Amino acid sequence: MSVLADTRAVQIIDRSQRARVVAVGLAVLLIVVSVSSLAIGASGTSLWRALGDIAAGRRATQTASVVLWEIRAPRLVMGICVGAALAVSGAVLQGLFRNPLADPGLIGVSAGAGLGAITAIVLGAALPMWIAQAVGNQLVPVAAFLGGWATTIVLYRVATRNGRTSVATMLLAGIALAALAGALSGILVYIADDRQLRDLTFWGLGSLAGATWDKVTVAAPIIVVAIAVALTLAGGLNGLALGEATARHIGIPVQRMKNLAILTVAAAVGSAVAVSGGIGFIGIVVPHLLRLATGPDHRMLLINAALLGASLLLLADVISRVIIAPAELPIGIVTAVLGAPVFLWILLRRRGLVDL
Amino acid sequence: MLMAHNISVHLGHRSILSDVTFSAKAGELTAIVGPNGSGKTTLLRALTGDVAYTGQITINDRALPDHPPWELATIRAVLPQATVLAFPFTVIEVVRIGLHSGVSGGRDDVALHALHRVGLGSYVNRVYQELSGGEQQRVQLARVLAQVWDPVMDGTPRWLLLDEPVASLDIGHQLGVMDIAQRYAQSGGGVVAIMHDLNLTALYADRVAILSNGRVLADGTVSDVLTDTWLSRAYGCDIRVNTPPAPGKTYILPHAATIAVHRKLVS
Repeated sequence: MSVLADTRAVQIIDRSQRARVVAVGLAVLLIVVSVSSLAIGASGTSLWRALGDIAAGRRATQTASVVLWEIRAPRLVMGICVGAALAVSGAVLQGLFRNPLADPGLIGVSAGAGLGAITAIVLGAALPMWIAQAVGNQLVPVAAFLGGWATTIVLYRVATRNGRTSVATMLLAGIALAALAGALSGILVYIADDRQLRDLTFWGLGSLAGATWDKVTVAAPIIVVAIAVALTLAGGLNGLALGEATARHIGIPVQRMKNLAILTVAAAVGSAVAVSGGIGFIGIVVPHLLRLATGPDHRMLLINAALLGASLLLLADVISRVIIAPAELPIGIVTAVLGAPVFLWILLRRRGLVDL
Repeated sequence: MLMAHNISVHLGHRSILSDVTFSAKAGELTAIVGPNGSGKTTLLRALTGDVAYTGQITINDRALPDHPPWELATIRAVLPQATVLAFPFTVIEVVRIGLHSGVSGGRDDVALHALHRVGLGSYVNRVYQELSGGEQQRVQLARVLAQVWDPVMDGTPRWLLLDEPVASLDIGHQLGVMDIAQRYAQSGGGVVAIMHDLNLTALYADRVAILSNGRVLADGTVSDVLTDTWLSRAYGCDIRVNTPPAPGKTYILPHAATIAVHRKLVS
């Protein structure tokens, strides 16, 4: 056939190659930001002097080692884990909903996880002894995970009909679920005692300030496993971009993949929310920037999202620590100020998407 | 052989297909025609396992549910009516996603060959969303072809299931796409296509099944099935085959275009 004769040879642009270069750059960025995060803080403790002392065979001053090892280091590890968890969860949710506007904070998953955490704090003491012993100090993250998981499943059921997810329904259902979770949380706050209230205030703000090695050892392993599982979903999420039916036709076990994706997101977001409260917009901004730079192929997107998410959250944390030092701005404010305009920009650029 | 025996499909309380028996042979292009709402797409969705049915469907002599998804993906590919992409993949990336199960022998060049075959070899780096509807449909055809590139593998035929493959195409590309489907069948693969254009069906199909109200009205060769009686009954209007319009009225058949092309090739 003459109309189908097109023999011009064209060099294929391999965006995965570019994505691998970007991954190296992001890894370097993460190292740089990590060092700054250790070096910068309200106390004025110098990382370099402490390191210099250690290098010279002297013991670092006790204050310096406490500040660095007990305050800044766990905060650094927590920041990396939470940032990576939120960004990867955002990318996975967007792939699952086939929509670049899905974000754990925006569609109520974080609120659901927060409700779980608050429930555990306020009502945890009332649990039967054997349950309390079984979960131990994991009670808050486990409850946050269950809250996030339940919200994601309800949201998916409500927003998806016949394998198609309606954007409008997803966003509106997310608002409704977040409002419901907020109301229930409000009731719990109302009946909470003074000590519990102090614990709770910290969720409203969203902060890495509460980071301790105890919390890190609970949350970090869950997040690492969740991200590792998420990376195995990359090929399936690529297929899902063609639609659920087509994904099945090219051999993807769609139902199993969706269940795994929902569990992964719930575990990662649940753990992140349990230790840092609700931090918004990382999950939407990071994957979007990366798609612009290196394309939507999830195989590199998820890895790069983990790296960039960790860097961005650490950066936001450093800003929150220095901008009104010695006081500290809640990190949720920083990410919202940076993230909300980007979100609006995506909305305006892709207005057709929300006409559904 | 692709066989469907006594297939019934219900959606809610409505019966969409009742006792449909249908078969397609490897080496042939089998067309499914019928009016809107007659159950064509539902029959195809039953054949691809996308809709719950009662009855028995076998592909290459093995029951459909006995194949795990990845294995099914190695023996048949499905072209939907239209595919909306969630993210801005490039054309070559879309075709490569179709190779998910890695069954075209891990050959990297298959995606590129497939794009050349549908005439989009120079479109590899274009973003899918920026293409016209017809071009998007040809990209999807390339993806589907790449998935089951060899019509016969290890002695067993592979299948193309096409849902209105030419619906959004101009006449030149309609002929081009039907040629591709025909060539696939002639090389030993099986092709099942839902068709709206009865002229193209008459030109390319080896066998035709007419569906009407969820049942198979007629089934056989083009000359057996595309007749005044069957067509008039299926489509609910008076249809005469092989009847030119009144003198002076213009009519354009794909047959005429292919004759012109063949004449050019001969001369």
